[in-house]
Amino acid sequence: MEIIEVNQDNFEEEVLNTEGKVLVDFNANWCGPCKMLRPILEEVAKDSTVKIVSINIDDAEELASSYHVFSIPCLVLLENGKEINRSVGFRPKEEIEELIGGKK
Amino acid sequence: MYDIIIVGAGPAGLTAAIYARRASKKVLVLEARSYGGQIINALDIENYPAAFHISGFEFATNAYEQAKELGAEFIFEKVIDITEDKKVITEKNTYQGKTIILATGFDKRKLNLPNEEELLGKGISYCATCDGSFYKKKTVAVVGGGTTALEDALYLSDIAAKVYLIHRKDSFKVSEDIKNNLQEKENIELIYNSNVTKLNATDYLESIEVTDNEGKSTTINVDGLFIAIGRIPETQNFAKIINLDNSGYIIAGENCHTNIPGIFTAGDNRTKKLRQLVTATSDGAIAATEAIKYISDESKK
Repeated sequence: MEIIEVNQDNFEEEVLNTEGKVLVDFNANWCGPCKMLRPILEEVAKDSTVKIVSINIDDAEELASSYHVFSIPCLVLLENGKEINRSVGFRPKEEIEELIGGKK
Repeated sequence: MYDIIIVGAGPAGLTAAIYARRASKKVLVLEARSYGGQIINALDIENYPAAFHISGFEFATNAYEQAKELGAEFIFEKVIDITEDKKVITEKNTYQGKTIILATGFDKRKLNLPNEEELLGKGISYCATCDGSFYKKKTVAVVGGGTTALEDALYLSDIAAKVYLIHRKDSFKVSEDIKNNLQEKENIELIYNSNVTKLNATDYLESIEVTDNEGKSTTINVDGLFIAIGRIPETQNFAKIINLDNSGYIIAGENCHTNIPGIFTAGDNRTKKLRQLVTATSDGAIAATEAIKYISDESKK
């Protein structure tokens, strides 16, 4: 699956109303580790059935704040709209796959 | 069998890989996490000749692509041990080299409080310029007494409503300039002779306990705590065979030789005066050149 760009306007539709798991990647253009993480997330997305979305926090300050994002990159795993796991900072592929519950 | 195994893919390790590949050596770079090292957190590089105003991420990515294109092999595994006969042991495999270059850099020094790790990104941060913007109009504390801690406090004072600066001694050993800037900031409160002794949190950091040198404790409500108490070189896994100084840096001169022939060091984990991007890349070039010379000398024996 492709990573979907999400902001305040389509957050409800793309994330909260999605059944099952969604991995939300909070990031920003000025964040080096976020840019390192992106190609890894793209690889994870290829092999995974879990939907992955990307949120640029500079375009969605309220979302970042309501999810208590205090450091990026921050990956928040939601299931049926509820947070069930999160990780902060750069993570290698295996750890992200572990976070979302293995490959398909 | 690799000619040169480089441990660490920061600027020093990447430069060593580039030099070694230009000399057609078989090169393996082992890295525990992502390539780039500490520089990927730099927003803008202003002091590296000819790379004016590029981000640390761009710098690291360029060097990584350059090393890969020249033919260096990269494997992302954490190195846990090395041996005198140039075996490099990771969590998963063992690799044999003719030489090793240790370019592991350093890690942030931690307070070592019980819940410090789990509160990372939930109020605890080691990088004010990375995470500061999340604390707009909030209350934060900085712990530390060096230039980084003071610069962090100054940076945060423009973002946060209130900044506590906690230092275990009674004065700061920094330039007068920084001290003057500090005094001009009305929202910075200095707390001397004190340590952070407890982190109070339910889901997120809520307050910290600060204990002074006489044992008196106070609780301060904060949304964030920025830890700037220095760095430790990532060298503990080599301590069995490699000589380290009291702070854990690998003892080596400008030629980057360690106490073991054929094992070299490069970058921030080496004993030296100036730890900068340009001295890291310089070390990388020297260590690779010395490794190449070692291989050639050994083959003549």
